[in-house]
Amino acid sequence: MTPEEEDIIRARQKSRSLVTGLLLGFFVILFFAITLAKIGTSDTL
Amino acid sequence: MTTATMISTPITAHWRDFLALTKPRVMTLVVFTGLCGLLAAPGTIHPVLAFTAILCIALGAGSAASLNQWYEADIDAKMKRTANRPLPAGRMDRQSALHFGVGLSFFSVILMGMATNWLAAAVLAVSILFYVFIYTIWLKPRTAQNIVIGGAAGAFPPVIGWAAVTGDITAMPIALFMLIFFWTPPHFWALALFVKTDYAAAGIPMLPVVSGEVVTRRQIWFYTAIMAVAAMAPVLLRLTGPIYGTVALLGTALFAVFAFQVYRRRESDQTRMQPERRLFKYSILYLFLLFGAVVVDRWVMA
Repeated sequence: MTPEEEDIIRARQKSRSLVTGLLLGFFVILFFAITLAKIGTSDTL
Repeated sequence: MTTATMISTPITAHWRDFLALTKPRVMTLVVFTGLCGLLAAPGTIHPVLAFTAILCIALGAGSAASLNQWYEADIDAKMKRTANRPLPAGRMDRQSALHFGVGLSFFSVILMGMATNWLAAAVLAVSILFYVFIYTIWLKPRTAQNIVIGGAAGAFPPVIGWAAVTGDITAMPIALFMLIFFWTPPHFWALALFVKTDYAAAGIPMLPVVSGEVVTRRQIWFYTAIMAVAAMAPVLLRLTGPIYGTVALLGTALFAVFAFQVYRRRESDQTRMQPERRLFKYSILYLFLLFGAVVVDRWVMA
């Protein structure tokens, strides 16, 4: 692998990590919101 | 596979290629019809749960698209339209696509079940399995009627959206299912008439290739007639009001005019397929119009 190729792969890994992190953050918020919504409607159960 | 290729460094795909794997453009129609099913259903659902349900439909569709491309990478490589997808273009290894697709399908189904109900989750699971196993693996490479049965996979979203709210499946979601189901053949065969050469090169048995254009044009007209019945069924069964009735009547009449023009033509020159292109483009607008009308009808009449 040439240094140029390695740079490209490092850059991709970095952007993938960033996107994965953002998605995880999004789902943390979503799951919290789902929990609140579920608790809010649990009086009918 | 040789040892050398097995131990070679796996391709580090760009995250955009994973996004491309989910076919975001196809997803818009799926999300829209799913949302309409959800909004047309009687009863209420918490906005967060509604959002989650639509997200799950989108993720489910994305997983099915990924698994479809995992399975068809060699076919996609032979068609100009699909040759630049992540797998045939060599920007991603097949195993990544498989893992991504399987992971996403499980995630979407489980999240749907937890957030809404397990009937909606079950229908979502069935739609993914149907698309991957019945359509992609079984029917598509074997029969020219592939998209007739395969169209069912695309017809599930409004049923899922509806079930997410009500927890049941009644006549209305079944009517919406039927509308998309019978809409798919004229929609897709109109496309197949003007991209025929591509499918032929990839060895996919599309109707114009296997049975000829005359048969295809006749079948477009035949399924348009059944689609018209499906489109008017909610009106005849008094499941919707006058707004949907009017939009469905006018929209379907125009669809029939375009389909009839395609039916009567005997043109095989690929550069002179304007009526076929028009039918294809209009068919997309048609579905948006009718599903939009279902929702407007329900919210105005309520």
